[in-house]
Parts: sequence; C-alpha cells; structure tokens
Amino acid sequence: MKLRTPLLAAAALLTLAAPVAVQAHRMWMLPSATVVSGNDVWVTVDAAVSNDLFYFEHQPLRGDPKVWAPDGTTSEVENKATGRYRTTFDVHLTQKGTYKVAIVNEGVMGSYMLNGERKMLPRGTTTATLASAIPAGATEVRTSETSSRNEVFLTSGEPTTTVFKPTGKGIELVPVTHPNDLVAGETATFQFVLDGKPMPDQAVTVIPGGIRYRDKLNQMDLKTDGSGKVQIKWPEPGMYWLNVTTGGGRGPGGPGGPGAEGGATPAAPEGPAPRRANYVTTLEVLAP
Amino acid sequence: MQIRLTGLTVTALGASALVAGPAAGQTLDLTITIPKLSVAEYHRPYVAVWLEKEGAAPRSLAVWYDFDMKANEGTKWLRDIRQWWRASGRSMSFPADGVTGATRAPGTHKLSFTAGRGPMPALTGGSYTLVVEAAREVGGRELLRLPFSVPAGGTAKAQGSGELGAVSLTVRR
Repeated sequence: MKLRTPLLAAAALLTLAAPVAVQAHRMWMLPSATVVSGNDVWVTVDAAVSNDLFYFEHQPLRGDPKVWAPDGTTSEVENKATGRYRTTFDVHLTQKGTYKVAIVNEGVMGSYMLNGERKMLPRGTTTATLASAIPAGATEVRTSETSSRNEVFLTSGEPTTTVFKPTGKGIELVPVTHPNDLVAGETATFQFVLDGKPMPDQAVTVIPGGIRYRDKLNQMDLKTDGSGKVQIKWPEPGMYWLNVTTGGGRGPGGPGGPGAEGGATPAAPEGPAPRRANYVTTLEVLAP
Repeated sequence: MQIRLTGLTVTALGASALVAGPAAGQTLDLTITIPKLSVAEYHRPYVAVWLEKEGAAPRSLAVWYDFDMKANEGTKWLRDIRQWWRASGRSMSFPADGVTGATRAPGTHKLSFTAGRGPMPALTGGSYTLVVEAAREVGGRELLRLPFSVPAGGTAKAQGSGELGAVSLTVRR
C-alpha cells in the first residue's frame, strides 16, 4: 500500500516536533492578569501542556519565552522556573501599553535515506542549516517547514498595537478588536496571517477554560472569512484558549483547513515543502 | 481630598458667565451613599464617577482610591473599577488633577460639578448618562447609571444593592 510509508513518516515527523505539534494535548500560557493598572506592574505566567484547560496535569511547557514591549524592545522573562507540571515566570511591565509574551519555534523537520537507512534531520534544523544537515548521497529527502507561536498579550493602561506588527513568519494575530479589550457578550474580530498573508477559510478553535468543572467542552469551531478574519462572540467572562493550525497532514475541510497536502509527500531534495504552522493564544474576557 | 467642590453660588455664577451658549452653567449635584457592610474584612470601596454621551469621549469626574500610598501603589487596583477603566481610566494618568480623591467611609457623600470647571466639560444639548461604579477590595463591584438630558435637567435616582446605596443626581442651571 503506497500510502503507508508517507503516513508513518508523517507520524515520525510529528514525534520529532514535540513542541511544535503536540497531539491531543494543548499548549498554553496563562497570565495572572491581562489588563493591569499602576506604574510598576508584574504579571506572572504559568505555562504548561495538558488535556484540560487550564490545569497542570501533564507536562510543563518548555521553550524560551521572550517579551516584546510597547516601545519595540525585547527582553527576557524573569524568575523562570520549570517544575514537574508547569513552567512559571514573571513579566515586569514598566511601560504603558500592550506587551507580547511569546514562545516562537521555527525550523525544518524531515528525513532522508542514506545507505538504505532512514535518518531524521537533527533537532533545531532551520532553512539556513538545512543544506549542511543533509549529507552527500542522501536520497528520498522529505522535509517540512514548521513554525509555532504561543503568545499572550498584556496591557498596562491604554492598549497599543505596536507588538502586533506582523513579522511575516508563521501564523500571527492581527487585531481588529484589541485582544486586551474583550468583554463577555461582545463580538471580537481578529485577522490571522500566515507568513504575512491573510488566511482565508481557516479553521479557528476557541475553548473556554475551566473544562474540569463542566461536562461539555463548549468548543467553538469557527472559520475565517475571505480576508482571514474571524468573529468570536464571547459567551461569558473567563480565560479562553485559541488555536489555529494549518498543515500537519489533515485533510481539507477538517481542523487545520488548507495545507492538506499531507505533509509527507515525497519532496525534491531541496525541501522544505509542506508548511506546518501552529498558533496558540490565551485570551481573557472580562465581565461587562 | 482633591475633589473640586463648587460650594459657592457666586463662583458658579461667575463661571457660567464665562461660558457662552444657552446650555452653559449647568451644575450636577450628586449624592452617593456608601452602605455600611457587615463583613469580616472591610475596605473602603474604590469609586469612579464619569459622564457619558453618545458620540463623545467619556469624562471622568471623580475617582476615589488610595492615592496617598507610596509610589502611587494604589493605582494597581484601579482596573478593578472595570467599566470605568475601559471607558475612561486606562487613558488617564494618576493622580489626576481635580479627579483623584481619597476613598470615603460608609455614609452619604455630596459632590457638585459645574460645567466648564475642573474635570467637568461644558454640556451641549443632548442625552447624557452619569455613571457611578464602586469596587471594593475582597468585596464586590456595582455600577449605577443615571440618565439625564440637557437642557431639560431634573433629577435621576438609582438604588444600589451591594457596594452602593442610594445615588441621586440633580441637574440644575
């Protein structure tokens, strides 16, 4: 059966990309607050991978969170520590405006045949290092470019939009409604872009936190319009998990939408071909 | 206490003489009751009073908070006056002249705002809402809306059920 090998390869690729495409588990960062006042403000963030939202029951979220300040500068998070079930760190908000805290991973996954053996590309391979990662004589090179973004937004004082200027890499959120100005009963509009281009007809998943204390997931399965914009009406206050995934070998129309090439189509040795991208954010919706 | 009180009629008249237009010179007399609550841990509520008019930016008239803490730490909880923070507070800097005031004890408090003086804008004709919102540390939050129109004026009343008691507004020329 011809399909089998590519599927196995796809599965292997996914395993390799653990932080990028965690299957069945949800990655998240949960800030202690997203809308803050005062002049010297700290927000603490929990970060984990779990089934339920937002409970620590599986793995801490590993990665390198960075902070983007309203004035465009970047910095590290503070007091970072990783425990059995969660990573925790602090963000010091010394400026007024909107901050972004994000863990961004970009790279190339793949494999090749050498001397009759299938070898995986080393972890951390990027488009820049791809050529040197594939030895001479390799055949059947299969690659897939991946990017994942897990980010949260924090606003001190009045919301600003400098941190939303798209970098053009991976999936990014472009606010129509500011993500730190969400109120239950109101409808928010966000635009999603992949590598800087709008993502039309893209599936967007939104799940309210507190899963453990209710029987239904209450998942909202939404779709972007022709310009990559999605509308979300917030049923109640709380923290919401939002996910946009493209590629990853899913069929067209399913979660993940376009990018249905399957990911593991045998590619020319040049690679990288199929694009996998993942976006996660946690949004706080306040009571009116 | 930095709330601007317009106690003197002479002053109010003087101000009105300086503002042109038929609707000039209104004064809002506001009474806010902060209820005495029997709770294990009581803190005086943070209270915000602001003015809304469709199509115009909301205007903060008074904000009572712990303004005298060191390093302005009292501002940390201003966002708990949630609707006010979104409508007006988050774009302001604190302490705000003529707006910032100390928290008040349970009881009845009288405030008066005259158009064109301090934080109070000159009122053009139309429908307005005066909003009073209170948020208490380790307590709840309550918001009351008092609609009125200019130049009709008159009295508006609202009754709180938790963090606020009776609130009344009289609009006079």
